[in-house]
Order: sequence, then structure tokens, then C-alpha cells
Amino acid sequence: MIHMAGVGKWYGDYHALRNVSLDVARGERIVICGPSGSGKSTLIRCINGLETHDEGVIRIGEDEVRPDRRVLQRIRARVGMVFQDFNLFPHLTILENCALAPMKVRGLARDAAEALARELLERVRIADQADKYPAQLSGGQQQRTAIARALAMQPEIILFDEPTSALDAEMVKEVLDIMKALATEGITMLCVTHEMGFAREVADRIIFMDAGQIVETGSPHDFFTAPCHERTRAFLSRLLY
Amino acid sequence: MRYVRTAPEPVRPAPPRPKRPALRSIVSGGANLLTTAIIVLFAIRAVPHLLSWAVTHGVWNGDGDACRDAGACWAFLRAKMPFILFGIYPEAERWRPILVVLILGAATLWSLPRAHWTRATLGLWGVAIVASLLLMAGGRLGLSPVPTSAWGGLPITMLLTIFSLALGFPLGIVLALARRSDMPVYRWTATALIEVMRAMPLVTLLFVASVMAPLLLPAGVTADNLTRALVAFVLSSSAYIAEVVRGGLQGVPPGQQESARALGLGRSTVLLSIILPQAIRKALAPLTSTVVVIIKNSSLVLVVGLFDLLSAGRVSLNDPAWPTPYAETYLVIALIYFVICYGFARYALHLERTTQGGERRP
Ligand SMILES: Nc1ncnc2c1ncn2[C@@H]1O[C@H](COP(=O)(O)OP(=O)(O)OP(=O)(O)O)[C@@H](O)[C@H]1O
Ligand SMILES: [Mg+2]
Repeated sequence: MIHMAGVGKWYGDYHALRNVSLDVARGERIVICGPSGSGKSTLIRCINGLETHDEGVIRIGEDEVRPDRRVLQRIRARVGMVFQDFNLFPHLTILENCALAPMKVRGLARDAAEALARELLERVRIADQADKYPAQLSGGQQQRTAIARALAMQPEIILFDEPTSALDAEMVKEVLDIMKALATEGITMLCVTHEMGFAREVADRIIFMDAGQIVETGSPHDFFTAPCHERTRAFLSRLLY
Repeated sequence: MRYVRTAPEPVRPAPPRPKRPALRSIVSGGANLLTTAIIVLFAIRAVPHLLSWAVTHGVWNGDGDACRDAGACWAFLRAKMPFILFGIYPEAERWRPILVVLILGAATLWSLPRAHWTRATLGLWGVAIVASLLLMAGGRLGLSPVPTSAWGGLPITMLLTIFSLALGFPLGIVLALARRSDMPVYRWTATALIEVMRAMPLVTLLFVASVMAPLLLPAGVTADNLTRALVAFVLSSSAYIAEVVRGGLQGVPPGQQESARALGLGRSTVLLSIILPQAIRKALAPLTSTVVVIIKNSSLVLVVGLFDLLSAGRVSLNDPAWPTPYAETYLVIALIYFVICYGFARYALHLERTTQGGERRP
């Protein structure tokens, strides 16, 4: 489903991704973790072309990610993304936020798009907020809207970049619950997060990054009970406090 | 020491908020008291004087002789109002500019409610403008032709303002976007245009347009004074609008563009549905002042010999049959401008208050 081989990325002279190779199967659920600045965001932003990689190959199915507007648009229609700070469109209602892309990209009629949006809002349990504006919602509700908005494109893959980091502790759970439910539905998930409980419960594979490299990958069981690399061990020991 | 709640605190409606007494807000504190006293004293002295000039000794009827050695000469304005409002437009055809003012005024009023912001309204404006130009110019449909040099007064003011905005707005947005473009050619061109337009006083720009245009235009192409002035207005308006819109664009967080693109939205959708609406909302307050300035700027066409409201007023003062009631004439013209500009400013304030999205309104 996702194929990355020898991917390199530089910000100016800073080598942000170093020879990253990763294959993700359809339906696989991956959690990416690692210290701040290790390149987690850069990695998943390269997958939908929000950042352009300088080296190597990234393929989504048959489509190669390259800086061509049409190709990128086609890929982004298949790859949803949820951001740390939600990035809902503040001038549109919750319903409009979710119905916009299906109308403009998939060409659905307004009625069909809004029906789809309502269905998804139901799924993330905020259907009753459909006509409010983002600023009138709590952080957790906003992030759930953002998930519904991404799902409205019926993507094959969904990318999360620290979806709960901007949330108060009490709202983290409501977002994680939605993500767990999603994980049982067969969508391919790549999730940058520090929620180790979520990782343990949901992930098929955990990827640990440090200084722009993939340092270790493994099943949650191996990762938590028998981390191999010293950086992983250091990271985990810090995380447990 | 230990406390555990046993019964829930009841939910109650908010208590009535005490209103700040008007008098208190006028006279609170020594400095305020002093200012208030000065203003009141001034008013006590000025108001009777003004009343005696305007009302007691004001002349409402009669001709020029009745006005000599009297107070305000309102009779002059009654006699000259048609000229001030419609300039030297042939008297027999005066119904045409009257109709134009009514059409444009009605179209403006119709466009105010947000619910009317539709494609149909845009089409309506197209029709209104074409009809207005046709009515003013004539030469078709059995209307006698009237050259633009004979147009005047309120229709000129309205047409100039509407064109400055209708053309200046899109052009200003294009300039603002170009100035933020990744392409150096666009960026430099837009920056140069905006900076030159803003650095040049509009009066100078009008002179340049009216004097230099014949030199710049290719042979055989002529543009009348009104068109030249219009070009100057549109360019200048667009430069100011561009800067205000650019400010708004800067206020839109980069995450908006990213999340829109991540959804697979195309470039134009991202721009038109996500970025611009937010930028314009953010720039609403400075846009209002810019628009008010543009409305008032239309009075500058008097320097190139066009008869807008203000110039028509000035010309009407030249009639030897009357004394020259400057104050009254300018007061009335100022009043017309005030009604238009203040009305617009209130409307913009209303828009700003009722604008959803962006920040929550308390
Ligand atoms: N646009 C940019 N320009 C320059 N440097 C950047 C840019 N974006 C990221 N970097 C740098 O690249 C490195 C990797 O950044 P990235 O955002 O991928 O880290 P991260 O693992 O997501 O960290 P965090 O947990 O803090 O989100 C960091 O050192 C960061 O400073
Ligand atoms: Mg990050």
C-alpha cells in the first residue's frame, strides 16, 4: 500500500530524513514514535506530498509521489490526514467542513455530500454539533470533526500527526476511542503519537525514529518488553515517567 | 475542614446587569468633567448663533436678492439642487440621471443583506451598470446622445465609486496574491505597481492620467476624461485594497492551506473557498476604512474638470444672480457624503459583528 525506499529529505543543510525505507501493507496499523525533532512529522508529510522528499521513492499503491499537482491531488484524495492542531476551516460550519472536499474533489452533489458528512459526524459522535462553527467546539470535538472531515474523502490510508498532543487530558480519551474504533475497520493507519497505551492496544507495528532515521521497528510486544536499540530504551524509560 | 458537596448548586438565569448611567459616563472624573464643561460652554455660545443663522435669519424662499444681508441662503440650494445633483446634464433629459441614481441606489440597497449575496445579484449589478451607462450616454434606443463631459453630480460620484470598487477589488486581490507569489516576476511587478500607486498622491495620478494618457495611448485610440480618471481611480483603489487584503492573507495560519491541500482540494478551491474568505474576514475593519476613503476620493475628479457632486456644487456658486453661500452649499454636500460614508461604515460594522467563523464572538 505504501512503499518508501531510500527516502532522504533536507531542510537547507539539515538532514531531516536519512535513507528511510518502509513498507506498509493494506490495513496495517502503524504507530510512529520518537523524540521531538526526530523527523516523525516530516516522514508522514512526505507520504501525502505536503513535503517533497529529495531522494528515494515513495509510492502509494501504483502512484508515485512526485511534485506534480495532478498526481498529488489524486494521492491526497486517497490519503487522509489529521493534524495536531486540527486545522478546521473556521469560516465553515462543522457540516460544511466535512462536506466541502467530497463536493469539490469527488464531485458529489451537496445533498449527497451533506448526508455523507452527517453519517460521519454520527460516527465520531458529534452529529448534534453539525451546524456550529469550529470555534464553538471543545478541542476534542474539533479533533473528532477533523477525523470525520478526513474520512469524508473515504481514504484508503489515514495519517495522524500527534492528534492528541494539543488536547487536555480529559479529551484525549474521546479522540483515542474514535481512533481505536477506526482501527478495527480495515483502513490503513499511520499514527505519530506518544500515547503508548494506544500503541500497545492498536498497533500492528511500532516504528521508532531518532535523528531522521528509523532506529527500530517491531510488534508492540517486542517493542515494549524487549527494546533492542539503546536509543529506544532511553526513550521508553523517559516516557514511563 | 473537610467539605463534600451534598446538594447540587442550582442553575439560574443570569442576574440583570446594571446599566451604566449615561450621566455618569459623561461626567466621571475631573478631566472628563472639565472636557464636558468646555464642550457645553462652547455649545451654549455656538448653538444660538448657529440657530439664528440657519433658522431665524435663514431664507427659504425667494431669489438671490432675498438672500442679501440675511442668514443662511437655503433658497439658493433649493434653486440649485438639481444642478448640484446632476451637473450640466441637459435639463430636458434630467430624468435619465435621476433614474440612474435610483437604479444604482436600489441595487446597492438590495445587495446589503447577506442572503442576497448570490450569483443572481452579481448579474443584477451587471444589468444595473449597463443600463446606467446606456441611460447616461444615450445614442441608442431613441435616447439622444450625451457626451461624458456633460455628465455630472451624484451619478458621476456613484459611478466612479462603484467602478473603483467593482474593478479595484478583484484587481486588488490579484495584486495581493501576486505579491505573495513564489514567482519573482509576479512578485516584483505587483510590488512595483502597488508601491508606485501608493506613493503617488491621487491628485497627481489623475493629472498624469488626463495629461499623459494621449501620449501613452496608441494612435487612433482615444479615451475621454472620465475613462482616464476612472483608470486612475481603479489603479489607486486596487493598490490600497491589495495591501489590506495582503494583511488579511498573512493572518490566515499556514495550517489552513496545508489541511485544505491534504484533502486533495485543487489550488483554486483552496484559494477561493478557504484562504480568501478568511483573509477578507480578517481584513474587514481596514477594508471598511479603505472603501470609505475611496468613496470620498471620488470628489478629487474636480481637478480634471469632471462634474462630480463637489465640483457641481462649486460651479453653482458662480451664478452672479445669487450671493455666494459657500457654507450652506458645502454643508449640504458634506451631509450627502456623510450619509453615504457613515451608512457604509455602520453596515460594515454590522457585517463584522455578525460574521461567523474566525473567533467566537462574546
Ligand atoms: N520547515 C522546516 N524548515 C526547517 N527545518 C525544519 C522544518 N520542518 C522541520 N524541520 C526540522 O526537521 C527536524 C524534524 O522535524 P519534524 O517536525 O519532522 O520532527 P518531529 O519528530 O515531528 O518532532 P515533534 O515531536 O516535535 O513534532 C527538526 O529538527 C526540525 O527542526
Ligand atoms: Mg511533529
